[in-house]
Amino acid sequence: MTSATTHSPASVAAPAKTAAPRAKKVRGREERSTLASVALHGTLILASLVAAFPVVWIVFISLGPKTAWQSPGEVLSNLSLDNYAKVLTDTDFPQWFGASVIVAGGTTLLGVFLAASAGYAVSRMRFPGHKQLMWSFLVTQMFPMAVLIVPLYELLARFDLIDNYLGLILTYATTAVPFCAWMMKGYFDTIPHEIDEAGRVDGLTPFGTFWRLIVPLAKPGLAVTAFYSFLTAWGEVAYASQFMGADHYTLAVGIRTFATESRADWAMMTAASVLILIPATLVFLLVQRNLVSGLTAGGTKS
Amino acid sequence: MVAPVAIVLAVLVLYPLGYGFYLSLTDANEANVARDIGAFHAPATYKMVWFDNYWSVLSGADGDFYPRLIWTVIWTLSCVVLHIAIGMGLALLLNRRMRAKLLYRALLILPWAVPAFVGVFAWRLMLNSQYGVFNDMITAVGLPAQNWLATPFAQKTAVIMVNVWIGVPFNMVALLGGLQSIPKELYEAAEMDGASPWQRFVNITLPGLRPVTNTVVLLGCIWTFNMFAVIYLLLGQNTTGEADILVTFAFRKAFTGVSDYSGAATYGIVILALLLAFSTFYRRRQLKTEQA
Repeated sequence: MTSATTHSPASVAAPAKTAAPRAKKVRGREERSTLASVALHGTLILASLVAAFPVVWIVFISLGPKTAWQSPGEVLSNLSLDNYAKVLTDTDFPQWFGASVIVAGGTTLLGVFLAASAGYAVSRMRFPGHKQLMWSFLVTQMFPMAVLIVPLYELLARFDLIDNYLGLILTYATTAVPFCAWMMKGYFDTIPHEIDEAGRVDGLTPFGTFWRLIVPLAKPGLAVTAFYSFLTAWGEVAYASQFMGADHYTLAVGIRTFATESRADWAMMTAASVLILIPATLVFLLVQRNLVSGLTAGGTKS
Repeated sequence: MVAPVAIVLAVLVLYPLGYGFYLSLTDANEANVARDIGAFHAPATYKMVWFDNYWSVLSGADGDFYPRLIWTVIWTLSCVVLHIAIGMGLALLLNRRMRAKLLYRALLILPWAVPAFVGVFAWRLMLNSQYGVFNDMITAVGLPAQNWLATPFAQKTAVIMVNVWIGVPFNMVALLGGLQSIPKELYEAAEMDGASPWQRFVNITLPGLRPVTNTVVLLGCIWTFNMFAVIYLLLGQNTTGEADILVTFAFRKAFTGVSDYSGAATYGIVILALLLAFSTFYRRRQLKTEQA
């Protein structure tokens, strides 16, 4: 592949269909030689392999017998779903899964709602501290969990929210909402103000304008926000492991019980991992079309 | 409308932060905080030590801070540089017209959808020194098997590798969006003037991406500096301690052995101060280049 890129100077001319003759041959953006095409696809295939391999690998191992991780060669001749059956019936996995669905779902709903309304407010309204608020959203991203975790524990304990889904949802919202509000502000900035004014003229309340006119237009941004909030909650380890008791373990904490100090039960771990991946991938597939546009608006207009 | 967020943040972020700062001024640990032993309630017996904790950290007396800080900086720089470089490379490739573009994009974004702890477990399985697939691969081509997670250096390389794998998709997507927002007319004009691909990249693409790269670099630095899951989960109990960054070190301080709450809080406040200083400096510089 490297040889392909180095050996494709401009003299290996572009395909003949773009035949506008020029004195000095400079290749345009949308033309490329066959070799360059091979290099392009080669690089992307390699990168895709690197990106997908760990996922493919755990799926592969999970389909084998209990010892598959020690001898991957035996997997293909002994395909079975035994590991999945065991995880689903012999362990508390379904319970952890339910806990994670509640927590991640709650964080997503709360996160999207708070981030959208806050982002809209910062984008459209002028109030004292308006500029500082955006900065403080960014600053909350800097708070190291190590300093928050003990005080948060005590705070939640005071409101009886330890070992409680709501407590964890609120905690995750504080991580996800500032960043999401920041992105949503950028996204709302790209929606013309005339639309708000039109809504106002038609007699809608500020919230009505927001809800009926702006939210539908901001779907790509909301999709990214939902995705980000969901993943924050679905994959968080540190808070979940300190705040939740065995009855309310989330997946991130529960799956660690398959691994003891000295050894890990990889048959269970891989099967459980694949089951955990499925909802995340579904959410991802739902929003992935919107990821690019949603993220950009937030990034460029901050 | 901003009120709910402001209230939630104030209660759940500012209050713990203030409390954390207060703890950092005390000598609180597991043995002297208020706790319930059965029906008996033991009141807190820790006391104010004011800035003693900060002094012992910043003077280097605790022996851990500066080594951890140096490694944290190396870790952050290498991760962010690799994130941006690889993300930019892939975004440039994906921004071309070609076949199977959507498939490539979906596959390349995949690690982003994988929860960090699942990704880390997958890598641990692959890096296993006895049965891992990496060793199967390199022994198949005749190279000696490696103990991928044994030495401090190997552990450091491994955590960077895994974090790069997890973080590239976000950067790629952000930069891809940035590329798509650069007006095509600029490229057409440059082509008319006979600019080479390299000239077009340096004079149009890079400046056009600046708003995105500025944001991505700042967020990348903050997130990587505070990254917890990758290091904590990949190394687990087998860590030599050498690969701990400030955040994971502080977490271990607070939750292993006799929990040292005040020490962990002190580290947390120092980390926050470092990040605040960095972001302020970064934003100043950014504003300056914008005005220039």
